[in-house]
Amino acid sequence: MSSGAAAPLAASVDRQRGPWTFVRHALVIVEIEARKLRKDPTELLMRAIQPALWLLVFGQAFSRFRVLPDPSVSYRAFLTPGILAQSITFVSIFYGISIIWEMDMGLLQKIITTPIRLSAFVAGKMCAASLRSLSQAVIILLLALVVGIRLHVSLLSLLGVLFIVLLGGAFFSGLSMVIATLVRTRERMMGIGQLITMPLFFSSNALYPMSIMPGWLKVMATVNPMSYLVDGLRGLLILEPGAHYGLDVGVLGCAIALMWGLNVLLYPRILSA
Amino acid sequence: MQDDPAKPDAAEVIRVQHLEKRFGEVHAVAGIDFSVYAGECFVLLGPNGAGKSTTIKMMTGLMKSDGGSIEIGGWSVAQSPVRVRSLIGYVPQMLSVDGNLTGYENLLVFAKLYGLRRSERTERIREILERFDLAEAADRLVRTYSGGMIRKLEIGQAVLHHPRVLFLDEPTVGLDPVARKGVWEHIERLRHEQNMTIVLTTHYMEEAESLCTRIAIMSRGRIAALGTAQALRAQMGQPDASMDDVFAHFAGRFEQEEGGMRSVFRSRRTARRLG
Ligand SMILES: Nc1ncnc2c1ncn2[C@@H]1O[C@H](COP(=O)(O)OP(=O)(O)OP(=O)(O)O)[C@@H](O)[C@H]1O
Ligand SMILES: [Mg+2]
Repeated sequence: MSSGAAAPLAASVDRQRGPWTFVRHALVIVEIEARKLRKDPTELLMRAIQPALWLLVFGQAFSRFRVLPDPSVSYRAFLTPGILAQSITFVSIFYGISIIWEMDMGLLQKIITTPIRLSAFVAGKMCAASLRSLSQAVIILLLALVVGIRLHVSLLSLLGVLFIVLLGGAFFSGLSMVIATLVRTRERMMGIGQLITMPLFFSSNALYPMSIMPGWLKVMATVNPMSYLVDGLRGLLILEPGAHYGLDVGVLGCAIALMWGLNVLLYPRILSA
Repeated sequence: MQDDPAKPDAAEVIRVQHLEKRFGEVHAVAGIDFSVYAGECFVLLGPNGAGKSTTIKMMTGLMKSDGGSIEIGGWSVAQSPVRVRSLIGYVPQMLSVDGNLTGYENLLVFAKLYGLRRSERTERIREILERFDLAEAADRLVRTYSGGMIRKLEIGQAVLHHPRVLFLDEPTVGLDPVARKGVWEHIERLRHEQNMTIVLTTHYMEEAESLCTRIAIMSRGRIAALGTAQALRAQMGQPDASMDDVFAHFAGRFEQEEGGMRSVFRSRRTARRLG
């Protein structure tokens, strides 16, 4: 405070503090994403094709194996929450590519020099990415209903599903943002994404119930965050008994907090490059 | 010099002391000191890799310094980053507007980030669109803009909140002569009508001389000379030397050993996207 230049500050400064500002700033980041998605939804439609194939083709084929202990539940209904979780994971895990793109362009650098806090920026980005997951969820659920898969649908269960979808989307996109700061190029990000999506999917309870898994797979499924996503969705959509909502939300919530913290630590390093 | 250089009574807006930055072996900024006064246009001039962008990034708080201090409007960039960022506008060397949004939307989201109230927002955005001749293109995707229009939008976006200081990193790189003149005029107007303090970097001598009050010639992370164009000529002992001569004299024959690929890649990319 040595110079004589401590003249009046810009009028807006006093509005740039406090928790409400954090939320307001994070919502602006979400708004940017939403405006872009609305203009060009083709990407989201394209991304829904693969899960649709899983549901229609593989669901039919796999149902012959009769892996479900409970014969009253159709395999396709059992599979739907798994496919939903899969598509959330896949959309989110490649989110880092667009982050790297925006960083290479200089967009993020300019945003960061406005009075937004980095923590609000990261939270905004993670929420923005889960918007994409939300749109996937809507498409897949509609599709499932159209082809006659019997799901439990009530206002409450739908709200619950959307909430868990948001959690899943925020976690996996946060993970993707962490990876993006480490690999730094779109090509490598693409490679890593492809490398981890399939193992994540097959080592979760998306395709088969935990109860029929061999011991080693059970261990993997237990440490796989995707399993918690599937568990919550399955409980809500096919009323599977023994879903652990509290655990699911708790695990995903902690995982989100961890990703958020890591990103706040990691982003200054790469935004200045 | 078309303007009075750094009025001695003008307030000190920026104070940089012993500023340093290293990237591994490269001493990108090697301990520089300078002050910038209210209403000044201060230019950092220097060859590729001299450390201009690095200096600007540290002043905007985008990059942490490895030593020294920066104060803007009396606030330390390191200790009060959020406050400092509400006092400054920054147009990076790279692209900083979103091609998939319209010009209006690009301004709108930044107005929100800068904390402009809803009531003042609409008015201010309209003002900026008109001032930068973008009113007609406001609802077009920025992807369809020309390089000159993009630059103007970027500057407009950076001054939405009436910043005290505007940082411009190579504002005219890759622009055709007409667009370049347009950008110059806008920078002049911001300074004269609003007494905004401007800090910019450039490779163009005539830009530095016609636009700016004082010139800092950077070379290898140091300030080789600092003063008005007149003063630099006098210091060199050749009052009628061209700016090119002044530059060559102070920056020296500079062969860049490190980071050559990186700089070339960056400046070409900047030029391409504006091309
Ligand atoms: N993130 C980074 N990591 C490593 N080295 C860097 C980084 N940023 C800059 N450098 C190096 O620091 C030096 C100064 O770079 P800087 O970008 O500040 O130069 P400049 O004066 O802006 O050059 P130009 O005119 O090409 O824009 C160069 O040698 C550059 O290669
Ligand atoms: Mg530069």
